[in-house]
Amino acid sequence: MAELKYNKQGRLLFTKEMKKEYTILVPDMLPIHFNIMRHIFVNEGYKIELLDNAGEHIKQLGLKYTHNDICYPALLVTGQFLDALTSGQYDPHKVALIIMQTGGGCRASNYIHIIRKALERAGFSYVPVISFNLSGLESNPGFSLTPSIIRRMLAGVIYGDLLMLMSNQTRPYEVKKGQTDRLLEIWINHIGEQFKRKKGCSIKEMKQNFRDMIHAFAEICRKKTKKVKVGIVGEIYVKYASFANNSLEKFLAEQGCEVMVPGLLGFLMFKVDARVQDYKIYGGNFMVYMIAKKFLGYLEKIEKLFMDSINQFSDFVQLSSYQDTKPPVKGLIGLGNRMGEGWFLPAEMIELVIHGYENIICTQPFGCLPTHICGKGMVHKIKSMYPHSNIVPIDYDPGATRVNQENRIKLMLSVARENLCEV
Amino acid sequence: MKIGLDIGSTTIKCVVLDQNEQIQYQTYQRHLSLIAEKTAGIIQEIRQRFPQCHDWQIAVSGSAGMGMANACGVPFIQEVYATKIAADRLAPGTDCIIELGGEDAKIIFLDGSLEARMNGTCAGGTGAFIDQMASLLNVSPEHINDLAAACEQLYTIPARCGVFAKSDVQPLLNQGAKKSDIAASILYAVVNQTIGGLAQGRPIKGNVLYLGGPLTFIPMLRESFDKVLKTGGTCPEHSLYYVCLGAAYLADQSCSLEDFLSRLSGYAAGSEWETLPPLFRDQAEYDAFVKRHEGADVPRGSLKDYQGPVYIGIDAGSTTIKAVVMGSDGSLLCTFYQGNTGNPVPLVRDFLMDLYRRRPDLWVAGCCVTGYGEDIIRHAFHADYGLVETSAHFTAAKAFMPDVDFIVDIGGQDMKCFHVSDGVIDNIYLNEACSSGCGSFLQTFANALGYDTEEFARLGLFARGAVDLGSRCTVFMNSSVKQAQKDGATVGDISAGLSVSVVKNAIYKVIRPSSLSQLGTHIVVQGGTFLNDAVLRAFEQELGVEVVRPAIAGLMGAYGCALYARRKALPQQKSTLSGPEELKAFRHQVKNVTCGLCNNHCHLTVNTFGDGGVYIGGNRCQRPVTKKEDTDNLNIYRFKQEYMKGLQPVPGRLGIRLGLPLGLNLWEMAPFWHGFFTELGFTVVLSPLSARETFLKGQATIPSDTVCFPAKLLHGHVAELVEAGVQAIYYPCMSFNFDEHLGDNHYNCPVVAYYPETIAANMHLPEGIQFINDYTGPHNPKEFPEKIRQTLIRYFGNRFSKNDVQRAARKAYAARDAFLSQIREEGQKIIRRAREAGKTIICLAGRPYHADPEINHGIDMLLTGLGLAVISEDCLSHLEKKFPVRVLNQWTYHSRLYAAAKYICTQRDMQLVQLISFGCGLDAITSDETRSILQQKGKIYTQIKIDEITNLGTIKVRLRSLLAALEQKEK
Repeated sequence: MAELKYNKQGRLLFTKEMKKEYTILVPDMLPIHFNIMRHIFVNEGYKIELLDNAGEHIKQLGLKYTHNDICYPALLVTGQFLDALTSGQYDPHKVALIIMQTGGGCRASNYIHIIRKALERAGFSYVPVISFNLSGLESNPGFSLTPSIIRRMLAGVIYGDLLMLMSNQTRPYEVKKGQTDRLLEIWINHIGEQFKRKKGCSIKEMKQNFRDMIHAFAEICRKKTKKVKVGIVGEIYVKYASFANNSLEKFLAEQGCEVMVPGLLGFLMFKVDARVQDYKIYGGNFMVYMIAKKFLGYLEKIEKLFMDSINQFSDFVQLSSYQDTKPPVKGLIGLGNRMGEGWFLPAEMIELVIHGYENIICTQPFGCLPTHICGKGMVHKIKSMYPHSNIVPIDYDPGATRVNQENRIKLMLSVARENLCEV
Repeated sequence: MKIGLDIGSTTIKCVVLDQNEQIQYQTYQRHLSLIAEKTAGIIQEIRQRFPQCHDWQIAVSGSAGMGMANACGVPFIQEVYATKIAADRLAPGTDCIIELGGEDAKIIFLDGSLEARMNGTCAGGTGAFIDQMASLLNVSPEHINDLAAACEQLYTIPARCGVFAKSDVQPLLNQGAKKSDIAASILYAVVNQTIGGLAQGRPIKGNVLYLGGPLTFIPMLRESFDKVLKTGGTCPEHSLYYVCLGAAYLADQSCSLEDFLSRLSGYAAGSEWETLPPLFRDQAEYDAFVKRHEGADVPRGSLKDYQGPVYIGIDAGSTTIKAVVMGSDGSLLCTFYQGNTGNPVPLVRDFLMDLYRRRPDLWVAGCCVTGYGEDIIRHAFHADYGLVETSAHFTAAKAFMPDVDFIVDIGGQDMKCFHVSDGVIDNIYLNEACSSGCGSFLQTFANALGYDTEEFARLGLFARGAVDLGSRCTVFMNSSVKQAQKDGATVGDISAGLSVSVVKNAIYKVIRPSSLSQLGTHIVVQGGTFLNDAVLRAFEQELGVEVVRPAIAGLMGAYGCALYARRKALPQQKSTLSGPEELKAFRHQVKNVTCGLCNNHCHLTVNTFGDGGVYIGGNRCQRPVTKKEDTDNLNIYRFKQEYMKGLQPVPGRLGIRLGLPLGLNLWEMAPFWHGFFTELGFTVVLSPLSARETFLKGQATIPSDTVCFPAKLLHGHVAELVEAGVQAIYYPCMSFNFDEHLGDNHYNCPVVAYYPETIAANMHLPEGIQFINDYTGPHNPKEFPEKIRQTLIRYFGNRFSKNDVQRAARKAYAARDAFLSQIREEGQKIIRRAREAGKTIICLAGRPYHADPEINHGIDMLLTGLGLAVISEDCLSHLEKKFPVRVLNQWTYHSRLYAAAKYICTQRDMQLVQLISFGCGLDAITSDETRSILQQKGKIYTQIKIDEITNLGTIKVRLRSLLAALEQKEK
């Protein structure tokens, strides 16, 4: 059994022995993406398991072990971890947890510490927590993000984005019920299989896969009905995780809407670009700037590949490229706004409006600091810039009831339906 | 015919329309959570009234109607949308609708694109809020109107949630403020909340329509809206029925009444919600429980027969008055427990007069008073002693359990918990203004559902499907209860759920133990709320221990006072308490005046008593009482304020007036920018220190009602700069703060960093005023001048040379350095002088902007008034080096906090009190860490949450408790 080792500051490390013996638990924020990317780590010899446990008791666990005013995502993830550790499904002595740390100026970079404190309180101080970061924050001998892993993960992100985009545009219109979801599953498995064999990540393989995927989805027979089109933006965790947003996408589907959720790649590019912008605005470390710029260039290259493929093989609607989202926010918000979702959140709202998804739900955890400004704070001006936009901010937290949230959304939908009839 | 149903949070409204869409029937009734039954009753009634009609079309609307509509298979119309439809037909040309309901508040803008604003997750102040306030004033909600009409002066009451307002209104009542003034203030609070929380920058103008219960029944509320909006809105015919009318207009699917009724009965039966295990499995379990708790009691004696000295304890609490008369042997001779109808003075007088009537020869040896009304009662009746509440309860608890190590007291409105080690209170937890889910909370719900508190509690004891309501504040609870009602939970299920949630609130929201065992093993629970067996049981179940509940749980404060008086009284002492003759001649007059001794302009209530005694309430400092200025100024907050006032405009050669809004990080950066722009030739104008008006001036443009109060104030500062006639306003975005090498990074918090963006996107400045919020980074002195030059060129043309800017930058950095080092020097001076005078030094720690008097509400002066010296975290942080903490230490201001906490651990005569702004997300992280730094070294951690709240009563209790605890510790 792996020995518990600590670094100089007394932080429990994830060691090489643990890599062999331990199962790493990952909160499942984005089912499509995470299911694909899981295979990369399996291929690297990690034991990975996605946590999709949900329910009221998890919120209560989170409330019990975290500060009540902490962000909702931190509370949920803590609850999920503790629920898993006490579920009897795992040997808590052979489990590690992993959490993203962006190193930005919002509270999210502190989630890892919140989780550690909670583990300690709950008597699990022997469970190592791995920081998943690209900012040189915490490191662990048994876990490293090599360039090869990062490259493959990016591929995973893009496959995920593409599948999410297309399935959202076919599912509401499909003639044969369930066809989209069956195809989705086939492709998730198919890409996963490729990843297991370290395949599917070269530019050539991606091109091939994109084409096949797009063809497959474009072939789904779709009814030509007019549906209310709704875009979902907001704080990244509540926006994506159905457990956090009370199954928002499912609710909207039941209400007869088509949903567009912007992909993960844009957010990654925004985070990388933040370093570039910081340098431009404040000056500072030139090396960091150059590395970030280069990395951003690489991301732009595969973004282009992705976008060109869609244009070439289908009529699926896609949002603009990352760089093209910048001009519309000029005069609205500065590109230096880089904490949380920053300027990219209003940029996504405008993107959605421009592309016909003028009904927008802006999701945020109750008390989320950056979205006070870049979410709720921008709605007023965006509405005056785009008078036909129909935006509703929705707060999520353990006390907010679904009935209140759905009621607000229904109002937004009433207006949307009225607008739909007028068109 | 068409039926429109509006199932609101507290009422059901229904209309029946004929083919010509004329109203044939309408009804409005409270549903008391019996939604399905009441609806069925209404439909039955309709069926009897219109037996000839067989073609019905039904649509349901309303915040609690969604579930029913789904279950009954009829269309659901979102209520705002329904309102709009009705307004389009009945009041064409309407520009804006303001609709207040039981728990909802809405503003609907009809001009241009339809836009509706509904109260968010945190905004409670509406009809329910008025009801709650009315019950606090002990009048009917309708009576509020008549009272308000006779108003003479307004008080500031935030209507954000009922709990907040309660903690403001109660002390006003205790200080003797007039009910009429309070009633009017409550209505204005609703107006301000509606406009501030919902309008969000969009001006309300044109034809305004007032809808919903409160606006229909309370004309003064309409008048208050008219005054604030400077418009004349109308309250149309059918103002209660717009929602159901809209639903009826849109009803287009036929549905027989029989089908509807049968599906409705199915809806009432089928339900699903998160349930909790029952409190008691059966009667036997309950009986055993009752028997166990009967053991904890005190001896009783007969007042009639008792001979010897007696000791009187009075607890003038927030909602009740408690008093005991105790003999020298500790036996209770007489007790008194009565609801506080707003003014405690006559109640205490009645109690004492009754006492003397029964025993004219009574020898009162000592009398001690505690609670919210301590001061006024002491002054009115000349009691011998006053005792801070926490000490009173501890004294009482010890009598029941000498080795008690944890006391939980849940009273009508406040919750006090304290941890005891080695016989000293070493940790105090008081509920913050946002989570007072206490006794009055249960009472409010019980009354709202049509029960008295006792019966309500009894219904919950054996409930099988107790609703899991979580542990959040009352406003959220309202929605959760609403949801449970919608799902068909019984009153018993809700009652049990509420009891559990009160307990969870106490444990997880107020005490927040890292593990339950931390609470100790010898626990005494007290306060009136624990007389409720459901709450007591829930508490024991949650903790998994058996606790002691004294039979006099509701009287413990008074009992503790009596014990204290007995200990303090000398042999043969005769109390100074007013005798029968004095009581008979007792007169009490209240006058409201505005204090003019400083810029705070406190609203004072001056109580004059028949014997010439005077008691002044509502003051923040001691000046109106002592008539003397606080000369010994050991207060860094005052110093910072004076420093900012000293940054005066210097007429510059450019002739451009450039404004700096004095908020958030400008409280530290103002000297920097003042120096910078003055050197460049601008005339730099700072907005003045905040006052209440500052907030009101900007509140209509605040887009997020849950952002912290310091950020909200910025809108007012910008408005004041516009009034001051500036040509440009400089308020830059700054991701980074200066690196002081105390942490892993040096960010500003997201709100401090980017709030200028919110101002730019939500405030419309008049033509000719430039708003400059470009990103800037003074943390990088090498690159700063060139980068800022680009900004200057963008707004003022290429008129500043590189040298000009370089020189201005040097001035700026020098000005900032001078400011910071003066704070440090002044801090050391205060420490030195405090030590010479033997005063305790309080580090009132927070952020630089907590120096704003409107943000800190004069807590600094409260502290100096208690004889303490006040410094801030930035006086100390430079004395420490970077050290490991268990959080990501990445914000400059917060790194100072940790460093100051660490330094204080090494100083015997220093204590830390942390100021936390409501809604400050970062403090969820910093407060835990600061607490643990202090507690590791055995220091007491005190936290004060501040928001718009202006009354210092609760805060004073905390600080006095801290002092009492320190005193005990010294011993």
